[in-house]
Amino acid sequence: MPTFIPLLPLVLALPLAGVVLLVLFGGRIGGRASGWLATTMVGFAFLLSLAIAFEYEGLREAPASSGTEADHALDDEGSHSVEEHGASPEWPVIERKLWRWMRVNRSLPLVVAAEPLAVGDTIDETMLDIVDVPYTDALGILDLSISVHRMWSADQALGLVARDAIEVGEVLSDMNVSAGADQIRPLGIPEAVGDFSLDVGLRLDWLSVLMLLVITGVGFLIHIYSTGYMAHDPDRRRYFTYLNLFVFSMLVLVLGSSFLTLFVGWELVGACSYLLIGFWHRSEANASAGRKAFIVNRIGDLAFLVGMMLLWTHFGSLAFGDVLPRAAELTGLAAIAAPLLLLGGATGKSAQIPLYVWLPDAMAGPTPVSALIHAATMVTAGVYMIARVHPLFDNAPGAMAAVAVVGGATALIAALIALVQVDIKRVLAYSTVSQLGYMFMAVGSGAYVAGVFHLMTHAFFKALLFLGAGSLMHAMEHGAEHAGEHPEALDGIPYEQDMRHMGGLLRRAPRTGWTFLIGGLALAGVFPLAGFWSKDEILLEVLAHGGGLYTALYAVGLLTAFLTALYTGRQLLLVLFGEPRSEAAAQAGESPLSMTVPLIVLAVLSIVGGLPVLSALGAPFPERLGDVLGHHAVEGLDKIVLALIASAAALAGLGLAWWMYGRRVPDLGLMAGRAGAASRVLWGKLYVDEAYHILFVAPFVRIARVLWKFVDNGLVDGAVNGVGRSLLAAGQWSRRWQGGRVRGYGLSILLGAALMVAWLFVAAP
Amino acid sequence: MNAVPLGHWLLLTTALFGVGAAGVLLRRNVMIVLMSVELMLNAVNIALVAAARAHGQIEGQLFVFFSLTVAAAEVAVGLALVVAIWRSLGRTDVDDVSVMHG
Repeated sequence: MPTFIPLLPLVLALPLAGVVLLVLFGGRIGGRASGWLATTMVGFAFLLSLAIAFEYEGLREAPASSGTEADHALDDEGSHSVEEHGASPEWPVIERKLWRWMRVNRSLPLVVAAEPLAVGDTIDETMLDIVDVPYTDALGILDLSISVHRMWSADQALGLVARDAIEVGEVLSDMNVSAGADQIRPLGIPEAVGDFSLDVGLRLDWLSVLMLLVITGVGFLIHIYSTGYMAHDPDRRRYFTYLNLFVFSMLVLVLGSSFLTLFVGWELVGACSYLLIGFWHRSEANASAGRKAFIVNRIGDLAFLVGMMLLWTHFGSLAFGDVLPRAAELTGLAAIAAPLLLLGGATGKSAQIPLYVWLPDAMAGPTPVSALIHAATMVTAGVYMIARVHPLFDNAPGAMAAVAVVGGATALIAALIALVQVDIKRVLAYSTVSQLGYMFMAVGSGAYVAGVFHLMTHAFFKALLFLGAGSLMHAMEHGAEHAGEHPEALDGIPYEQDMRHMGGLLRRAPRTGWTFLIGGLALAGVFPLAGFWSKDEILLEVLAHGGGLYTALYAVGLLTAFLTALYTGRQLLLVLFGEPRSEAAAQAGESPLSMTVPLIVLAVLSIVGGLPVLSALGAPFPERLGDVLGHHAVEGLDKIVLALIASAAALAGLGLAWWMYGRRVPDLGLMAGRAGAASRVLWGKLYVDEAYHILFVAPFVRIARVLWKFVDNGLVDGAVNGVGRSLLAAGQWSRRWQGGRVRGYGLSILLGAALMVAWLFVAAP
Repeated sequence: MNAVPLGHWLLLTTALFGVGAAGVLLRRNVMIVLMSVELMLNAVNIALVAAARAHGQIEGQLFVFFSLTVAAAEVAVGLALVVAIWRSLGRTDVDDVSVMHG
């Protein structure tokens, strides 16, 4: 008997309640209490999620009787439905309808045959009666087809809804009896048109359970961390309001049971991302970074929206439960266009080529935001979405290949750019883009489980790295304060983020340092940390997919693994080891416990998060994901050899990093694009931003200027002002007739009267 | 008794009305303007009486009584205004009383 699963909406309600409380009372309780309120809300949401996860685990059943127990239990609650999905699911997919959001209902003339009809009859109007249907749908339960069957027996009468047409007569000419008694249907009117309703619902399966745990779990840790990190910020209340709103939005995204609910969450997280990137909005750079993220995301969202519309025209529904099992019905252009459009949305949200440019700039936000939104959760929404709707991609190998190629290219290019960055957060940002590319490569190979698995481990270690970076920046600021001098900013990078000023921080801030080291090694894919397992899984699956393209992608993945280890090793060596390169680094201090405890928890997760032994102990992932995403058996490849090759690549990268940066004191003068043409190009981020500026931004600005100067100022304002001016002129002219000279009035009255009399004589003889 | 035909009466009243209208429009003295208004009014009265008699109907003549009553009231008000204007301005020129126009 489930007790916690029916409480699922509460998981959403808790962070939302945090938002409401902070908005209403945040000013009264102050910044510190605001932080703890927000943290408590997410903490409870996490505990509830854990309870739900354990309870869901207990719902496992034999495939034959799947669904019945949960069905029974949830029927007590009211409007629930339980459905099966996939080949042989062992866990029921639980869908819970919250409320009917929209319904579009046209008038419903019902056509009934006056006499029994036979197959092949052509109908003319005399054979049909048009009946008013007693159609009440206040509760939204009555299904028309059911009511028809109840009201008339099938052989005597048959009903169909001329769904779109009030002009029944016009429709009649298009009708004939095509099959049996209840199969008359107006031809030429798609089934979908006319009657449409959309429910807001929640969907629970292993995929959403996993996302639920990652979001609330990592979110909780980052909230705790934020209470320390933001302790001296006067705007803490606003910060925690946004953060709670984000957690709520992200939960809407992953729990939504339809494309549109997902899209609502999708847009909400985008808005939160915008608000938090520009959190310190008094600086123009931060504000414009927020705008850039928002606008670039909108481009992807447009594609997503069009994709949704395309799906709706084909399926007449946007619920996952309706669309996904019928994905194979899509054929021709739509079969490839729909997933490609969805991919377009994913490239925006998950920062893939060509829309990745916003993510590195998003590091303008507070560091915990970078960790939560721009590394662990929001940016993985694209991967989640593709995994969620994977039947659509399975149906279109071309779209799958596109996903994989986009992912591979992004992984490689972002890793290359990360090689030369000196800003500690920027390295991590490009690393995030690169790792997201990895996940795309996985889902593009049909290895959805591996992709989502990497999503989870990446959430652990990348959140750890970002939080660690924030803690190190904190330590640097502390040191600079202690030393009484701030190192100067080079190349426009604040000193506390500039790795050139760091060094030796492992000794100065040991808790942060060691956890940062663990996170870095997990990212590099060192055995047996979390990153190793998930990355190995992805490489294995890509190679196992077979074909020239995927073999090439395997090579790209391997190269990326090498580069990842190289830039990670470089970062670790520059930041943690060697001699301090500034007074600030030499006197840096450890951060408070509220910041380091989340680091330690995340470090533990980064160590054990990927161990296969955990699955054997009953931890649900990643094998349970196969229940939703399809089991994928890899055969014919020697897993051990492939794991050794991947490990060799990682170790080679780390070794090269040591050889370049650890063996001797690194030459800082060669950094930031000063080591030859290649490094200059990479430092310039391949000039993609500049190219986009010339190709898109500048023409848009020019068009906008024309619209502003000519169309708006000239035509629109001109029309409005012209009306005003002409009325003014008319007034100037007519005021002369009312000059206050009574005799003028008298004369005009007299003349008018004379004219009227004259007209009487002329017109009415 | 040879009745004067209606047409002659109408010619007379038109002429009287014209004279009155010209007086209203052209003269400046308030007294004269007031008298000209009376002239126009009475021209109409004559026309009404003449028409009533020509058609053998009594309403026209009845109407004239009302009109005479109103004219009496109007003259009372008008003369009071003239006195007030005379007292405040020392003149009775209509063009001087245009202080109320916009």
